[in-house]
Amino acid sequence: MENLTFTLKKKTVTIFLIMIAVGVLSLAFGFFGGIEGKRVAANLLLNIYYFLSMGLIGLFFVTVHTIAESGWQTSVQRVGEAMSMFIPVGGILLVLFFVLGGLHSIYPWTHSDHLDAILLKKVAYLNEPFFYIRLVVFLGVWVLLAYYVRKTSLALDVKGDLKYFSKMRTLSAIFIVTYAITSVVSSWDWLMSLDPHWFSTLYGWYVFSSMLASGFAMLILILYLLKRMGYMQHVNDEHMHDLGKYLFGFSIFWAYLWFSQYMLIWYANIPEETVYFYVRHKYFSDVFYINLILNFVVPFLLLMTRKSKRIFGMLVPVSIIVIIGHWFDLYMMIMPGAVGGEASGFGIVEIGLTIGFLGLFGLITFRALTKAPLAPKNHPYFKESLDYHTHY
Amino acid sequence: MNKYITAYYNDEEDLLKGLKQIKSKGVEVADVLSPFPVHGLDKALGMKRSRLTRVAFTGGAIGAMIGFGFQAWVFTQAYPLNFGGKPFLAVPSFIPVTFEMAVLFAAFSMVFAFLIHNKLGPGAAAVIHDERITDDRFLLVVKVADDENTHTIEEVLNEAGAHGITLKKKN
Repeated sequence: MENLTFTLKKKTVTIFLIMIAVGVLSLAFGFFGGIEGKRVAANLLLNIYYFLSMGLIGLFFVTVHTIAESGWQTSVQRVGEAMSMFIPVGGILLVLFFVLGGLHSIYPWTHSDHLDAILLKKVAYLNEPFFYIRLVVFLGVWVLLAYYVRKTSLALDVKGDLKYFSKMRTLSAIFIVTYAITSVVSSWDWLMSLDPHWFSTLYGWYVFSSMLASGFAMLILILYLLKRMGYMQHVNDEHMHDLGKYLFGFSIFWAYLWFSQYMLIWYANIPEETVYFYVRHKYFSDVFYINLILNFVVPFLLLMTRKSKRIFGMLVPVSIIVIIGHWFDLYMMIMPGAVGGEASGFGIVEIGLTIGFLGLFGLITFRALTKAPLAPKNHPYFKESLDYHTHY
Repeated sequence: MNKYITAYYNDEEDLLKGLKQIKSKGVEVADVLSPFPVHGLDKALGMKRSRLTRVAFTGGAIGAMIGFGFQAWVFTQAYPLNFGGKPFLAVPSFIPVTFEMAVLFAAFSMVFAFLIHNKLGPGAAAVIHDERITDDRFLLVVKVADDENTHTIEEVLNEAGAHGITLKKKN
């Protein structure tokens, strides 16, 4: 009989706590070690946003499959739910970050006494009270829905009553509709407004595709760790194959949106648009190309065959590469606007803070996994999930 | 001259069970013709995975190279034009055409490889083993060597619950 109750070993918790300690130490180093405040703030924003979005993709994964009534995902549903439990933590951290000086430190439009003509036109949208209203609304909706989806899913498991399944479908539909809007608008608010003169209509979906690819990579990685610890034995090659297809497909989708945005700006050659890529080419030319290689070339070539999606030996390294790659993608979005080409760099603050947030994300996710049976036995699609076969 | 035996089942569950039994007796089933895809049939027949994906990859790679090469040749050698001060070898503007050519070549190479390998296409003679395989019957085909005793095979098929066992000859 398979062990369905996940118990977190002390050793694992210690590793996560050490990672968090590394993060706290590098944050302290950032504040007192002569690093520019903007750079520390931008790194905090990067990591909070990155791991918050991974939590959101966990919830997105569960809700989108609930609404589509697809059977196969039921066996890995708990991992998505556990990832979504990071949303409240990430949300609180994001609010704290903005309130405790992050907003004034890196967002140029908050300096209301030195606004130029372009920014004065945008004041109706880019002003602090409205920004905070949107922040609270977005995070509030996400946290509430994550909480209720999780609660309903657990109630379905304990009571086995199908009314909880239909309630979950309703909640999923609400989440998907609201998330379609809030994910795009929040990316304008928190990322695009770092370069407030510049705009791109594609930006929201470009950020979302980046979140999707890195979120699925994280899902695969957590699943791999669970299987290595001896849990989740009901998840077989077929489910891995489908998750691999997601990683493969969304990596291509990301490249498609990246290129769509780049080519239009490059071809039109309008100064107010090209300024975005001008800075990135001039100061970040290495990261600019590394970003494309890690996030498109590597997953595209390595995950192309059927076999590579079915073995952890290929899936896990590619997932790690994609997680690193999309960190650099966010780096490319945030650093040039927030810190500027000359002041930003890559050092202890960048690496240490990321390790710290990874530890926090891991701790929250694995804690959440201990609180429910790993296989949703009473889910109406659970048996279908076990019998699932994927052909291509 | 090739000889083969055909027999049919009325139900896909019986077909899968029968196939197992026939295989265990050492009779090789060459093919099954069915009105709809049957789950687990490929495995029961011991079929290898289709190699069509490799054809697609090769076709796509050739298409991408032709697409990119042709544009590079036109815009640098044959007829260089200055578009808004862009370089002649303007790689980003070549990508959409390169992509489309890759997709086109991959799709066409798959279609033609499929048709050629299965001897299908316009003008190909249709072989109808049993008219009801387009409706509700599952027909299996067993190839027989010239000197092989057909009686033992027919017996095995009969035991496995197959109906309408007939020996056919192909010229």
